[in-house]
Amino acid sequence: MSDELLKVTNLVKNFELRVDKGARRRKRIVQAVTNVSFSVAKGQTLGLVGESGSGKTTVGRCILRLIEPTSGSVEFEGQELGSLKFEEMRALRRKMQIVFQDPFASLDPKMTVGASISEPLIVQGVPGDHADKVLELLELVGLSADHAQRFPHEFSGGQRQRIGVARALALNPALIVLDEPVSALDVSIQAGVVNLFEDLQSRLGMSYVFIAHDLSVVRHIADRVAVMYLGKIVEIGDQEAVYANPTHPYTKALLSAVPLPDPKTERTRNRIMLEGDVPSPVNPPSGCRFRTRCWKAQDVCAQEEPMLAVRPSGQMSACHFPES
Amino acid sequence: MTEKVLEIRDLHVTFDTPSGPLEAVRGIDLDVEAGELLGVVGESGSGKSVSFLATMGLLPARVRVTGSVLLAGEQLIGASNKYMRSVRGRLLSMIFQDPLSALNPVHRIGDQISEMLQSHQSLSSRDAAKRAMELLDIVGIPQPSDRARQYPHEFSGGMRQRVIIAIAIANNPKVLIADEPTTALDVTVQAQILEVIERVQDRFGTAVVLITHDLGVIARVADRVNVMYAGRNVEQGTIDNLFDHPSHPYTRGLLASLPRPGKQRLKPITGFPPNMVKPPRGCAFHPRCDFAADICKSEMPNLVSYGNLQTACVRARELPKSERFV
Repeated sequence: MSDELLKVTNLVKNFELRVDKGARRRKRIVQAVTNVSFSVAKGQTLGLVGESGSGKTTVGRCILRLIEPTSGSVEFEGQELGSLKFEEMRALRRKMQIVFQDPFASLDPKMTVGASISEPLIVQGVPGDHADKVLELLELVGLSADHAQRFPHEFSGGQRQRIGVARALALNPALIVLDEPVSALDVSIQAGVVNLFEDLQSRLGMSYVFIAHDLSVVRHIADRVAVMYLGKIVEIGDQEAVYANPTHPYTKALLSAVPLPDPKTERTRNRIMLEGDVPSPVNPPSGCRFRTRCWKAQDVCAQEEPMLAVRPSGQMSACHFPES
Repeated sequence: MTEKVLEIRDLHVTFDTPSGPLEAVRGIDLDVEAGELLGVVGESGSGKSVSFLATMGLLPARVRVTGSVLLAGEQLIGASNKYMRSVRGRLLSMIFQDPLSALNPVHRIGDQISEMLQSHQSLSSRDAAKRAMELLDIVGIPQPSDRARQYPHEFSGGMRQRVIIAIAIANNPKVLIADEPTTALDVTVQAQILEVIERVQDRFGTAVVLITHDLGVIARVADRVNVMYAGRNVEQGTIDNLFDHPSHPYTRGLLASLPRPGKQRLKPITGFPPNMVKPPRGCAFHPRCDFAADICKSEMPNLVSYGNLQTACVRARELPKSERFV
């Protein structure tokens, strides 16, 4: 595909965990991400959803090599990132930016907003004094020129998130990883920031990887959705298909667990109640990782890992007994 | 008529801050009826948590609390510490967002439930331990006799919140106040905890006050809902009436700002929540309101019956009927 911007193939990230048990010291491996593959087209948004421990944030950071993948490949504009040297990677990060969840922690409290926004330009050696660029960026994200001289503590959460977005936009990136960008914001403020992402995308044409646990926001913003469970993608496809016809039992359960702001629907809905919690990624279940909570699980689910396969409504899911 | 277990009248809570007094709660009236599930919804800083911390007598002594809170007819505001200690955990319990910090890490789960039982009832240790296991069973913890001997770190987040609920209902209180009890949990676990809360309400007839910012959670479990903004009650009613035809512009704005299936553009509420050291004069929502008129800048509205809802908006009668947002 020629309009493919990002291609992730068989991405694996294991973290080592040192456990001291009495005199014995052993290493344990947390399998945060296991064999994840997906691609993002130019100008498109991929939503990455899952519960805590599903590995969605780790995937986001591996894309930018903020953490080194254990194995697998990440290709950006056809270039394999794993083989790049540190300096080459830094130069490429011009085109790949990230916005973090916590707008209070991701800005330096001692730097003016203008200085924070122009820092990527300085790091990347863009000549000039950047004052005009900073003003342009502030206006782009819906803030005003006089905000450049102020400090982060003078802003509300929603405004700070806009500052983080302005900083990510400074180098005209082709891809922005948005890691839970609206989760910390109040409901009435969230909508404005989501609209901002959409406006920026239609004006500037960049792609987003939108990581979130809020399924209704992802439904709104994403073109394609990947649902993760315990480090693996269990279902991936067009947003309409995944939400209208979820084929993996986990996707179905997840969608039915989200409370909708409508009492009438809530009273009549068929709800799937999953038992228990997500198992530990240190020792994930054999075969299908969801089988310990799945109401359809059979013996085969423990023995054989299901592979992603195309379903009638067009998306792919990894299940021996897919929903139809 | 149903019995009112909790009656809050003209409650004010004022903190002293370096930039002057901050009135976090500015005169709220609220009733909790026996056995109902009342949702209290609002954004950060709306005063929803502080109102109920004041009700529980959990605010530091230097915080000024005035007004009246009647629990089954007994006045709680200004009551002695000794009396409040006897009320908390027996008649009125509160659970919070973070279940880990509410449990003592060095005591076994069973002992922490027994402690709550024995501080309000004369029970032998053996009877308390037995009752503790029954409570663990009620909140859906499998193998309660083994689990009672474990420590908090051996429980997952959802299981810890179940333990907290077991402690809170140990003495069968009249009212359980749940302050964002599922906000820190994953959505599949949230569904389980909401079910536990409903089960408790059903089985013991406990009235529940559920404080949340999530309108979906309200729609799923609440009977009635109270919407708070800038330390005031701006609207209240049954969930069907409120979600069908919200009347207050803030409630309309909240519902309209939620993402719906389909790709229509979201409608945010303009502006920012007010600075509570210097809240706007008149109706605190007027700087963000699409319907604001001159009168809104001078007159602070009180709740008045309007249709099936109680709404604090001087213009409620003149406003166009709201659409159903779903």
